[in-house]
Amino acid sequence: MTPLLSVQGVTKHYGRHIGCADVSFDLYPGEVMGIVGESGSGKSTLLNCMAGHLAPDSGQVVFDTRTDGPRDTVTMSEPERRMLGRTDWAFVHQHARDGLRMGVSAGGNVGERLMAVGERHYGDIRDKATDWLQRVEIDAERVDDRPTTFSGGMQQRLQIARNLVTGPRLVFMDEPTGGLDVSVQARLLDLLRGLVRDLGLSAIIVTHDLAVVRLLADRLMVMKSGRVVEAGLTDQVLDDPQHAYSQLLVSSVLQV
Amino acid sequence: MSESAYNFAYLDEQTKRMIRRAILKGLAIPGYQVPFASREMPMPYGWGTGGVQVSAAVLTPEDTFKVIDQGADDTTNAVSIRTFFERTADVETTTETSAASVIQTRHRIPEEPLTEDQILVYQVPIPEPLRFLEPRESETRKMHSLEEYGLMHVKLYEDISRHGHIATSYAYPVKVEGRYVMDPSPIPKFDNPKLGQMAAVQLFGAGREQRIYALPPYTDVVSLDFDDHPFEASKADQVCGLCGAEDSYLDEVIIDDQGGRLFCCSDTDYCTSRRAAGHQGPAFPGSEVAA
Repeated sequence: MTPLLSVQGVTKHYGRHIGCADVSFDLYPGEVMGIVGESGSGKSTLLNCMAGHLAPDSGQVVFDTRTDGPRDTVTMSEPERRMLGRTDWAFVHQHARDGLRMGVSAGGNVGERLMAVGERHYGDIRDKATDWLQRVEIDAERVDDRPTTFSGGMQQRLQIARNLVTGPRLVFMDEPTGGLDVSVQARLLDLLRGLVRDLGLSAIIVTHDLAVVRLLADRLMVMKSGRVVEAGLTDQVLDDPQHAYSQLLVSSVLQV
Repeated sequence: MSESAYNFAYLDEQTKRMIRRAILKGLAIPGYQVPFASREMPMPYGWGTGGVQVSAAVLTPEDTFKVIDQGADDTTNAVSIRTFFERTADVETTTETSAASVIQTRHRIPEEPLTEDQILVYQVPIPEPLRFLEPRESETRKMHSLEEYGLMHVKLYEDISRHGHIATSYAYPVKVEGRYVMDPSPIPKFDNPKLGQMAAVQLFGAGREQRIYALPPYTDVVSLDFDDHPFEASKADQVCGLCGAEDSYLDEVIIDDQGGRLFCCSDTDYCTSRRAAGHQGPAFPGSEVAA
């Protein structure tokens, strides 16, 4: 089976500082990968390198495209990479404001990706937008409201709807539950888990919240100072951490 | 300094050369915004500094020049620019559309079809059609170069969702030759169909934004729309009160304190020539005033 995404030796330096160093892994279709680590451990740098937002200094990010099979997205042309970013990839930002157009209605936000890939029928676009709002548990009547009138949790769900409307195969998530209170987090996680399973999505989730990966991720990578220190099945890593840092991370979780 | 001390048409020859180069590049890539080194002109920004520079670069001593402002020859902007070129270029001026070889316009296209011997120069306040959707110039340039125009339809989508129809009635975005999306300057969308397949050369100058773009003769220009909400060139559903024209773009004018109003052609030359040919509208002196 061809991996959907194959990352090989991805390295990114910020001047003399290491962003992430020599990261390699394969992600297979339908799999959810979690990346955990403390702040500054290079998780977001790695995610941005994979999603094409940052150019890595060295390494390959090979994506199994629908038309041409496996292609290195680092060396492919910018129009092609941006096209992937609108179709097969989705990126969920930590702050919904970074991923939404705040001056455009919820329906317009969801419809933007459809229009970007050439949909030109207003009625169809609106129907799909309404359908997706309902799938992320937003009342269809709010389709014409701006995201500024939405709560934080709703904005995050709207961002997810906007990303999934074109049927991507790979979703990058950067701390999708950060900044939300625990009950809203739980609801969002529930929703995400349902969507990932129903649509058979592959996903890479960056987070510092171990509960999030426990619920969502099949596999887990632990990062420290830009390097992967431990990788394996989620339950295995969390229940029996081998590396000293993973042990510290797992034992730092507060018990209520 | 006397006016004769100025070079022909105010700008020095090197500057005109620079502007002509930008114009030629614009004509070679229809709809593409060419940056140019816009000069300070002796008038404030927003009064047509871009249009004036383009006109100065294309004028020759044999030209006949016409200026219109919202279709009218006799408003402040039109009068001052016309006088400016009368004094600095000593060219003949006219108010007659068919007699002019260069027409500088603010926000209208003349009703009378233009010919291959004419140049139409537009004054443009904001050349970037994506500006209010994406404020970063670096990003909009990338969107133009990669032909990513989905965002333009988001604006039209928002219009329909809020008003039930496409409410954008001026500066309506167009696609040129299937490639660049262009802001046609704030002309009413009634004028949009005239942009395409026009015989005259169309030049667009934005002074403050330092951009020139152009449409060569007989270029394909399509107004953006949705399949189920097609583009419609709309105008007030009236006839001209003065000349009775049914096919021209109309201004609504309040004529008294009782709320009386008059619809009349915004193109004054068109209206005048029709009246001279004996046409009369319902509000023409002598006939009954429409309330």
